[in-house]
Amino acid sequence: MNKTVRIALVALLCVGAAACQKKQVKPQPPMAEEQTTQTQAPTSDGKYGPQDLDTDACLRQRVVYFDFDKTEIKPEFQQIMACHAKYLQDRPMSHIRLEGNTDERGTREYNLGLGERRGNAVSSALQAAGGSASQLEVISYGKEKPVCREHNEDCWGKNRRVEIVYTAQ
Amino acid sequence: MIKPMRKLTSRFAVVLVALMALFAGQVSAQSQPLNVQIVGGTKTAIPITIVPFAQQGGASMATDIGDVIRSDFNRSGKFRSLAKSDIVEAPAQGSDIKFATWRLLKQDYITVGRIKDAGNGMVQVEYELWDVNKQQSLLSQAMPPAPAGDLRNVAHQIADIIYQKITGVRGAFWTRIAYITAVGLGNNTTYSLLVADSDGFNPQVVARSKESLLSPAWSPDGNKIAYVSFESGNSNIYVQDITTGSRQLIESHRKGINGAPSWSPDGSKLAVALSFVGNLELYSLNMATREETRLTNSLSIDTQPVWAPDGQTIYFTSDRSGRPQIYQVSASGGAAQRISFQGQNNQNVSVGYDGKQIAMVQGNGNVYRIAIMDQSLGGQVRFVSPGPYDESPSFAPNASMLLYAATEGSRGVLYSVSADGNVRQRLVLSDGDVREPAWGPYRQH
Repeated sequence: MNKTVRIALVALLCVGAAACQKKQVKPQPPMAEEQTTQTQAPTSDGKYGPQDLDTDACLRQRVVYFDFDKTEIKPEFQQIMACHAKYLQDRPMSHIRLEGNTDERGTREYNLGLGERRGNAVSSALQAAGGSASQLEVISYGKEKPVCREHNEDCWGKNRRVEIVYTAQ
Repeated sequence: MIKPMRKLTSRFAVVLVALMALFAGQVSAQSQPLNVQIVGGTKTAIPITIVPFAQQGGASMATDIGDVIRSDFNRSGKFRSLAKSDIVEAPAQGSDIKFATWRLLKQDYITVGRIKDAGNGMVQVEYELWDVNKQQSLLSQAMPPAPAGDLRNVAHQIADIIYQKITGVRGAFWTRIAYITAVGLGNNTTYSLLVADSDGFNPQVVARSKESLLSPAWSPDGNKIAYVSFESGNSNIYVQDITTGSRQLIESHRKGINGAPSWSPDGSKLAVALSFVGNLELYSLNMATREETRLTNSLSIDTQPVWAPDGQTIYFTSDRSGRPQIYQVSASGGAAQRISFQGQNNQNVSVGYDGKQIAMVQGNGNVYRIAIMDQSLGGQVRFVSPGPYDESPSFAPNASMLLYAATEGSRGVLYSVSADGNVRQRLVLSDGDVREPAWGPYRQH
């Protein structure tokens, strides 16, 4: 492989990565700044407490975004999975409702299925990271509860999400 | 396949605009402007004149029967009715018709009629249908006396009889449609299930909810509607009697989705999509015993069951091959056959009464359109809507037209379209979002 091709490839990768990153970060503007201010669990025994849901930078992130027609948890959400799973472990009586949502494309009933599949993916990830199935429930709203109503990819990206809702802390 | 309006002849365009203006004036009191679009030409549409019905005694009527019939015919795509402004003579009965006039206007058929005061607020409507070229009477009938407030129903019934006399196919104008509206924003949204006449008039609220309603399905006798409501948090299936308003909770598994109800042709079963096992599977619910029979078994999404007219098989949407496609399974369950092979994805079937025409939502890229697959033509597909976000096709009981939901700006609207895709009309039914149309069966009363 000659040098120019390599450079071109690297440039392409950079462009690709930048584009991806941009897309991923966009839907949750508030999180970036908070992440730097506070990262560790403040309780003395290293366990999470209910107050951390309001103050911990990781636990405060309650939305997982997905690519079109995909249910895989993207790598940048693994940290969120880990901290919420830890919370579930630290607080055995806590309970999470995972609300699956989709973008507007496709029919309502099929999107109910798709939203459920995303909720299940988050549920599995939380269990894999130490959460217990009995602490988790999945509900799908399909495309019934959009947070954005324009017909473009930016908006669709915001709607393809699972919201993590604590029903018991 | 959908062609723009260029095929429209200028004369007909002018007539149409006049017709629309007339309609707008007529119906503004009920805030339901009608908007007819001829999208693919109407060369094959049959020219027919509906002369304004003569009123013989009694107070003047709020409903113009001729307008209702004309609008029915124009929407069907099978007919184009002469605009009221072009109707130069007004014969009230066959013996008054000067056939030369209507031949000159290139009309094949002419209908004349009379509204008679029948006392006690009742009226009787008589009408005649004549063949213009043969100068021959085809129909001459007196409708049963009806309350003056019921004239729209009488008009739709007359339209049905004329439609059948000329085309040989039963008319489906005297039918009802169900749909969902969402009015308001965010947490202040109110969802309503409504039932209206097939032309969108006389909307009646059947159910209201602060949470989403979807997937209304008519029982074959037209007395009940099954639908999905999120009012208790999760999706649950209810069946509501639309005359008494009484309601039953039918499926409410705590875990997973309870969705996509569809009545069997004999009304004894409801096919549903449930996900309490972890993913959506189809079940057949016996309405008498409440016994659930599982019909599918896959790790994919199986949803939107729809019974074939013979009740032997069920069409459904499944993404077992990767993307959603249409499959068919025996009504008692078992192995499923894939039946849609064109397009990136296909969802949400509506089946015509004879089982030959199967409408679905076909998605290609970001464009979702209503496609009709004709099984008698080897599975060939034709598009009848322009997209980009069309969904919920629902055939009229005679399969000559469909309803579907579309998006205009950020708002949902309903369209009716002739099965050949040539004539499309938007039904403006509400100030909010309108969606999830379901065309009801033939009416018995």
